Amino acid sequence: MKQTIIPLGPYHPLLEEPEHFKLYVEGERVVELDVEIGYNHRGIEKLSEGKTWDQVPYLVERICGICSTSHPMAYCLAVEDLVGCDIPKRAQLIRVVVCELERIHSHLLWVGLAGHFIGYNTVWMWAWKYRETILEICEKLTGNRNHYAMFKPGGVRRDFNKEQIDYGLERIVEMEKPIRLLTDAILDDPVIHKRLKGIGVLTKKEAVDYSALGPTSRGSGVPWDVRYDEPLDGFKDLKWKVIVQKDGDVFSKGVVRLLECFESISLIKQALVSLPEGGAIDADIREVPPGEGCGRYEAPRGEVFHYVRSDGSNMPYRHKVRAPTFNNLPTFKASCKGETIADVALITASIDPCYCCTERVAVVDKNNNEKILREKDLLKLSVDKTKSIMKKLGKTPPLYNMEI
Amino acid sequence: MSKEIMKDLKKKLGKKITDMAQPREKRIYIRVEPDKTPEVVEFLFLKYKCKFCTATGIDMREGIEIIYHLAREDKNMVINVKTLIPYSKLEIGSIGKKIKAFRWIEREINEMFGVKFIGHPDMRRLLLADSFPKGKYPLRKDFKHSDVTDEDYDYERSGI
Repeated sequence: MKQTIIPLGPYHPLLEEPEHFKLYVEGERVVELDVEIGYNHRGIEKLSEGKTWDQVPYLVERICGICSTSHPMAYCLAVEDLVGCDIPKRAQLIRVVVCELERIHSHLLWVGLAGHFIGYNTVWMWAWKYRETILEICEKLTGNRNHYAMFKPGGVRRDFNKEQIDYGLERIVEMEKPIRLLTDAILDDPVIHKRLKGIGVLTKKEAVDYSALGPTSRGSGVPWDVRYDEPLDGFKDLKWKVIVQKDGDVFSKGVVRLLECFESISLIKQALVSLPEGGAIDADIREVPPGEGCGRYEAPRGEVFHYVRSDGSNMPYRHKVRAPTFNNLPTFKASCKGETIADVALITASIDPCYCCTERVAVVDKNNNEKILREKDLLKLSVDKTKSIMKKLGKTPPLYNMEI
Repeated sequence: MSKEIMKDLKKKLGKKITDMAQPREKRIYIRVEPDKTPEVVEFLFLKYKCKFCTATGIDMREGIEIIYHLAREDKNMVINVKTLIPYSKLEIGSIGKKIKAFRWIEREINEMFGVKFIGHPDMRRLLLADSFPKGKYPLRKDFKHSDVTDEDYDYERSGI
């Protein structure tokens, strides 16, 4: 059959950031794929060599707007590995709280976007509505919705006070029920099952061959999670488990992300409750001796790896940054082959693109400014629709709780 | 546990290692000659169940040092394989020829430091623009931002 090349990108409505995919197709099936990146190259590693050890966290925070705590975290761990100091317990737990909050908001963002990509905008608005609460908690605890600037080599910059801890605990406990509702609704939805199951399968062997990371590898049955494999001191006393799914398709990656939200909620609760009274939040690193260190931390998308080398001056001699997508992007070569063009955009989304924005929904009567469709009504509409579709497909309706 | 891994590696790799250090409990640094590097890294990835993290190129003035970072997740250990390639002969065998995961990082080190990876199946540029002048390597220490001006860009190559 004749082979055709279809370009996807660099600028395309379904790609949140410029990337260029060349799809070699026969009919509608993709037989080969070529990825070109580099449209966003900013030279962060070179810039970092001209910043002092204390300035670099601000720089690496701006690598990604969504993983804005994972990069400083991995950098701080790398410097601490180089210096060899112990971090106070309180600082460790504050780090856990901020990082896990970021994980929930990033995963909810992905779930919303995945819904948007398959034309299911209810999921998109619903997931992002709950993400808004998480961002409010972030704002209350750290002062910012994104780019928290909380970390420094040796500890954290700001402490939590009693009021903040109480607020965080109260809101995060509140969030468990609505996220459970969202998860159940998505996992029960026959449309989502039909659209996402069996699409873009990455087998376990391929995931290992490409060293895929994060939910991309855990969705394929490879249980790599740096938080578990190389736990920080703060993680050692907390109870949680690594979520692994076996199928390797887009659906599995979604399930991993959704279920991880609950582990994160549990981790935040445990960390906030066990936060020791008072005490130092900073190990006070005064100088960085010559040497080298590796820091790795599990970002929402996978392991972030930072390597620093010092020659004894006040700036890094070399600072290497490896974001998880660097390992995850080449997996498309395996997961896109044999799929249709329409599925490729979805598979590319399955490793999680970056995007930052918020949405809310309320239908308002123009004449008297009164809300005629409230959240409960919308929820009821969507539940009824799901039930009717399931009936058509000959499946039993879901039995989840409809109350919020 | 970490001592066992050190012993094990010494036994299995033997004379290929010129130096070995363990500054922290979970980090091992191995130094290897450039011609033995692909062999050692392939052994660690394929036989020793290591995950590929990344590779770092460093301009050490006397040459380019490449560090392959691999992680053994079941033993909580990061194994770093270091090798120094002299400026007089900037080339090393490609690991990407055999293992797909290494292909992109080798392309990146090639364009940023000018190290040639022998046998790499696809040595196009990864991050830099096609029009970026040839023979300039941004992450080397002697590179300054003023080294490349607008006139140096070869727009014909990128088709603009």
